[in-house]
Amino acid sequence: MRTITYSQAIYETMREEMARDPNVILIGEDVGTFGGVWGVSSDLMKLFGEDRVRDTPISETAIIGAALGAAMMGLRPIAEIMFGDFLPVAGDQLVNQLAKARYMSGGKAKVPVTVRVTTGAPGSAAAQHSQSPEGWYMNVPGLKIAVPATPADAKGLLRTAIRGEDPVLFFEHKMLYATKGEVPEDPDFAVPFGQAAIRREGHDVTIVAIGGMLPKALEAADMLAREGIAAEIVDPRTLVPLDKATIIASVHKTGRVVIVHEAHKRLGPGAEIAAMLAEEAIGYLDGPIVRVAAKNVPLPYSPELENFVLPQTQDIAEAARGLATRKL
Amino acid sequence: MAITDYPDEKLLHLYRQMYLVREFELRAINERRAGLIPGFIHSCVGQEATAVGACAALEPTDVITSTHRGHGHLIAKGGEPKYMMAELAARTTGYCGGKGGSLHMSDFNLGILGANGIVGGGIPIAVGAALAFQQRKEPRVALSFFGDGAANEGAFHEALNLAGLWKLPVIFFCENNLYGEGTPQAKQAPVADLAIRAAGYAMPGVIVDGNDVLAVYEATKAAADRARAGGGPTLIEGKTYRYRGHYEGDPMVYRSKEEMEAWKLRDPVTGFRARLLAEAGLAEEKLHALEAEVQAMLDTAVAFAAASPKPQPQTALEGVYGDTDGGLVF
Ligand SMILES: Cc1ncc(C[n+]2csc(CCOP(=O)(O)OP(=O)(O)O)c2C)c(N)n1
Ligand SMILES: [Mg+2]
Repeated sequence: MRTITYSQAIYETMREEMARDPNVILIGEDVGTFGGVWGVSSDLMKLFGEDRVRDTPISETAIIGAALGAAMMGLRPIAEIMFGDFLPVAGDQLVNQLAKARYMSGGKAKVPVTVRVTTGAPGSAAAQHSQSPEGWYMNVPGLKIAVPATPADAKGLLRTAIRGEDPVLFFEHKMLYATKGEVPEDPDFAVPFGQAAIRREGHDVTIVAIGGMLPKALEAADMLAREGIAAEIVDPRTLVPLDKATIIASVHKTGRVVIVHEAHKRLGPGAEIAAMLAEEAIGYLDGPIVRVAAKNVPLPYSPELENFVLPQTQDIAEAARGLATRKL
Repeated sequence: MAITDYPDEKLLHLYRQMYLVREFELRAINERRAGLIPGFIHSCVGQEATAVGACAALEPTDVITSTHRGHGHLIAKGGEPKYMMAELAARTTGYCGGKGGSLHMSDFNLGILGANGIVGGGIPIAVGAALAFQQRKEPRVALSFFGDGAANEGAFHEALNLAGLWKLPVIFFCENNLYGEGTPQAKQAPVADLAIRAAGYAMPGVIVDGNDVLAVYEATKAAADRARAGGGPTLIEGKTYRYRGHYEGDPMVYRSKEEMEAWKLRDPVTGFRARLLAEAGLAEEKLHALEAEVQAMLDTAVAFAAASPKPQPQTALEGVYGDTDGGLVF
């Protein structure tokens, strides 16, 4: 298998799917000539023309709305929103229109729209360019939510999103774009939604790590291993649908769980996972469910403040260690 | 008004402000490279005349909302370079104590309601400020700076409609620099002149040479006078150009060298300087003195920023709410 970056994996998938299906189009701000602000769509406009790769005005409402309308007419649009922080600008089209179109129409509206959007703090980008808004949209039935953490998942989950029948919010973590990993070349390689991955096996404590937190969780697990604590790392890969079975099975094995995400702690994705475990797996737990997440303040600009607000490797290790060494 | 009709002090003030904006930006770019400034910067080099001309037409009690490209607006409205530089350097002495950075600087004492990270985000806020002035019958005006790209956001259209409907004392100042990030304006809007959009909201739409500080000043003064007299809002479009990338580090694949060189022949700062000497008959020594004073001020600003303390991590928890503070985050 070859090793490519997360960013290349996303690019390749778009290129392959656009070549395979003329109904797949890409629209968004600076996705064409500029190749995407994150460089992900690079030469797609050259390859597929200005008709299928469209630079839009700075009009998020129109981007999401146009993707929705075009999907109703049979296209399979990929819409790019540059920062997750800008999703609320398109709030109505996203939450009231796109998410509910199929249900409200009694199944008549078919809206296969993939919204590619970045998430997470790139460092000193401050309060309006650093947020992790996955959780906001978990509360909206009708949207599926993918949080790929590896290049292979970026590819496999994006393919599933584009070929699927539903609106997907596809969260690309800015700090993962340059990360590398093995990615299958099979042009039909896909990762199904709702299937978590065990990234590392262990029997002492489960760490559920979401999206950009995976590298930090793996680092923390290395630290813990040197202390004789075996952490198991579960990557949910999609938050909606959520693979409850894999998370519960891991918790059954370890009896302890830490949930890690970059989103704010209050009502972040971890709140749902914790509630699910409390409802369905409380009997397996030998200690409290612990969340490691961003503190409940807007993301500050200063690196000192930002590092304090964001969850760090040390915080993950400490939380897992605390649970694993707790006297029962 | 002919340049000779302006008092020397006014002309010198306009030049000083533009020179300060330009030199501040160049310093900030250097300091970012040198590592003093951790975040990204969208510089307004080339667009000094819109910021300075427009703010020169406002009273100290008037207010502005600004954008991601806001350093010029702040300086033009009286912002202090040392507090700006300290904010860019993420220090406690900065305008936001290091919490905001370039995208979120503000000074409410000076009527600067904030830069903005969201394109179009400041436009409705200026309408709200104008609403407060109208409600309290205060002779004050709100001015919103925004780019050509922002004129395609829903927020722009909703804000103009409301202001036109309620005849609010607000000025919508579009700095049309021909690009929104890497996309030329021609590919973002089906009209070349965004000022014509004013007609749909029952307000005058005015086009000015955004590189001519006097033209900008006069158009804004007329709009401010009208707004203060209860005549309602105005949309002003200043045609201008940014010299540097959208952000520092932008490879600028989307525009030609020829285009950039052509605009540099119409430089708002050096062009005005030449006019001051040739047409207004000002002595060059006066300009030299003023330039030296600005450079000294910027030396101080950089030194002040570099010497200021970085914030204590725990202070990140302060300031989220107004009445349940003291480090209490819930
Ligand atoms: C709602 C929103 N969409 C997109 C962006 C990303 N973005 C930042 S600046 C910019 C271009 C803005 O163009 P314009 O309004 O013309 O201002 P200029 O940068 O030219 O000064 C874009 C697209 C953003 N910050 N906010
Ligand atoms: Mg512009």
